[in-house]
Amino acid sequence: MLILERRPTPSRFWAWGTPILAVILTMIAGGLMFAILGKDPFEAIRTIFWDPLFNAQFAAYSRPQLLVKAAPLILIAIGLSLGFRAGIWNIGAEGQYIMGAICGAAVGLAFYPMEAWFIFPLMVVAGALGGLIWAMIPAILKTQFRTNEILVSLLLVYVAENILASMSLGLLRNPEGGGFPGSRNLGQYPSAANHELIAGTGMHWGVVAAFITVIASYILLQRHILGFQIKLAGQAPRAARFAGVSPNRLVILCMAMSGGLAGLAGMFEVAGPAGQISIDFNVGYGFTAIIVAFLGRLNPVGILLAGLLMALTYIGGELAQFMLGLPSAAIQAFQGMLLFFLLAVDLLSNYRIRVPLLIKEAR
Amino acid sequence: MNRRTLLATAALGLGLSFGGAAEAQMDKVKACFVYVGPIGDGGWTYQHDQGRLAVEAEFGDKVETAYQESVPEGADAERVLTQMALSGCNIIFTTSFGYMDPTNAVAGKFPDVKFEHATGYKRDHPNVSTYNARFYEGRAVQGTIAGKMTKTNKIGYIASFPIPEVIMGINSYYIHAKKVNPDVELSVIWAYTWFDPAKEADAAKAMIEQGVDVIASHTDSTAPLAEAAKTNGAVIGFGQASDMAEYKPSPRVSSIIDNWGPYYVKRVGALLDGSYAQVDAWEGIPGGEVLIGEITDAVPADVKAEAEAVRDAIAAGTYHPFTGPLNKQDGSAWLGDGEVSDDGTLLGMNFFVEGIKGEIPQ
Repeated sequence: MLILERRPTPSRFWAWGTPILAVILTMIAGGLMFAILGKDPFEAIRTIFWDPLFNAQFAAYSRPQLLVKAAPLILIAIGLSLGFRAGIWNIGAEGQYIMGAICGAAVGLAFYPMEAWFIFPLMVVAGALGGLIWAMIPAILKTQFRTNEILVSLLLVYVAENILASMSLGLLRNPEGGGFPGSRNLGQYPSAANHELIAGTGMHWGVVAAFITVIASYILLQRHILGFQIKLAGQAPRAARFAGVSPNRLVILCMAMSGGLAGLAGMFEVAGPAGQISIDFNVGYGFTAIIVAFLGRLNPVGILLAGLLMALTYIGGELAQFMLGLPSAAIQAFQGMLLFFLLAVDLLSNYRIRVPLLIKEAR
Repeated sequence: MNRRTLLATAALGLGLSFGGAAEAQMDKVKACFVYVGPIGDGGWTYQHDQGRLAVEAEFGDKVETAYQESVPEGADAERVLTQMALSGCNIIFTTSFGYMDPTNAVAGKFPDVKFEHATGYKRDHPNVSTYNARFYEGRAVQGTIAGKMTKTNKIGYIASFPIPEVIMGINSYYIHAKKVNPDVELSVIWAYTWFDPAKEADAAKAMIEQGVDVIASHTDSTAPLAEAAKTNGAVIGFGQASDMAEYKPSPRVSSIIDNWGPYYVKRVGALLDGSYAQVDAWEGIPGGEVLIGEITDAVPADVKAEAEAVRDAIAAGTYHPFTGPLNKQDGSAWLGDGEVSDDGTLLGMNFFVEGIKGEIPQ
């Protein structure tokens, strides 16, 4: 029999070891699943993790695509991680992402077809504000009425989805779109387009913003008093209060940062890779970012790596689907396993596993 | 380019081959398919996959196929298409309207790969062909059955998006129901999705509550039939895109079957023997692209005979579902007595015919 024994302090080794162990366990369990589906597990794992990076046929295209796919995940996850560290659970990043995209696109479309340098910066501001304001709803409800921010932010995702549908059918619909829902393509409107900055690299403004955010949040957490307060509030709420940290102020700040970053991610996505507001514009980045945040240990550098890893499973997963004929559900299950194993082995950083028999002998 | 010139080009290109230099023969073709839903949707995507299997059966070793299901119509589609082109696909079939822009964008980057886009109208590059089926011909048969079978005189249509292809289906369905039953009323619910069983079921439920007893759907799943099945035969419906035979003999009393196999076989074959050329294909019941699934015994023999007569007349080319006199919803004249609609009008159809209540969302 095994006994779990709580560690006095979380293990540093396992804090970084568990994500790696989780990835390895996912590969093993996923490989088993692929084998049961009648596919060569080694080939499947190789196609998912290796081919997008190093296969001569695909790598030149998929490496830059990794950045494109990872950028919104990283942006959102960094914002979420700040709140998560302080014990503030913004689960509605998907909604803030949508609202940021709508506000950003609306500002851009309002100027159509004028060409001017200031349109894109304005869209960036509008995108961030859109997400921020949407996140203020659960934040203010929490500070004023002590509502649960998990529920409120989550439910607001569905409100945002309906606003998105209404926008793509009504206000923002492309008047030249032949009746099909969806806005004009911002990619074909130079002043509003978020194109690749250097051709063939995948680097667009969203990727740049993601990198800046990683550095900024690293500095915030390591060097700034606010970062200290965030960490303190999460680890020892009572101590934080004695130290003069206002919980309400922290809720507002953390929700603002995560909402704003999610809004930015939505804005960069709608002006770049997606190109237009449409009913199915959102594909779950806001929820996947929660996995990314935890996979990255709520640490900025960890999130950067976790975002890239998650993007790899998406792109490699697509490759595996049509190269090997794997069903799309198998790929989703594979990604789900990653979170499952991460949460499961997370136990190791807080608990020690003991085998009672051995302990007796030792005594 | 505005919508009007687009339509004009579309109309010009109809059924015509665009010529161009004949291609070289190929020993082996890799044909790839992008699906909007899962193969197991039992409808639209299922039928496209049947077409893919028909290609495999026809050419055996000379063809290799690959597919990807549930690809969202947006940024992800462009990446999937690019990866397919990079993986050595010679011809890529993109099987949903929303892939129109991604298909043309990727086609521009891979001039040696052939792209075939279903139900769209943009052919920005010489390597992009479009293909569609005249589903409105099948709707004429369904409308006839619906008009005869309804007891409440209320029939329904679960519509996906307000685009011409869907609107022509609604009009054809209504015109033929009205022809056999002047009292018939049509209610339309816009689901704004191609595949969302929960939404489709909700739409069907709402209709049933309003007293609708014949439901046609323009979405991809079997959910509307599943709802109708709960009414113990009070409500009937039709298989859409696929035969949906598991709901026979009622509520599924007939069906429109999309038969893509012959077209896919023809195009891949053309690539193999070097006769491939850009086309804008639009076949229907006469060409076998649209099949009418068995009309079951839940329908009285005389109604069945009447519906089959409509089908056979369309197949023989003696009857066009849009034959005048027909007015538009606002009462203005559209087609004179005996006049037949041209394809350009159908492809840009943005109006209901006279008698349909409700508006097309603008």
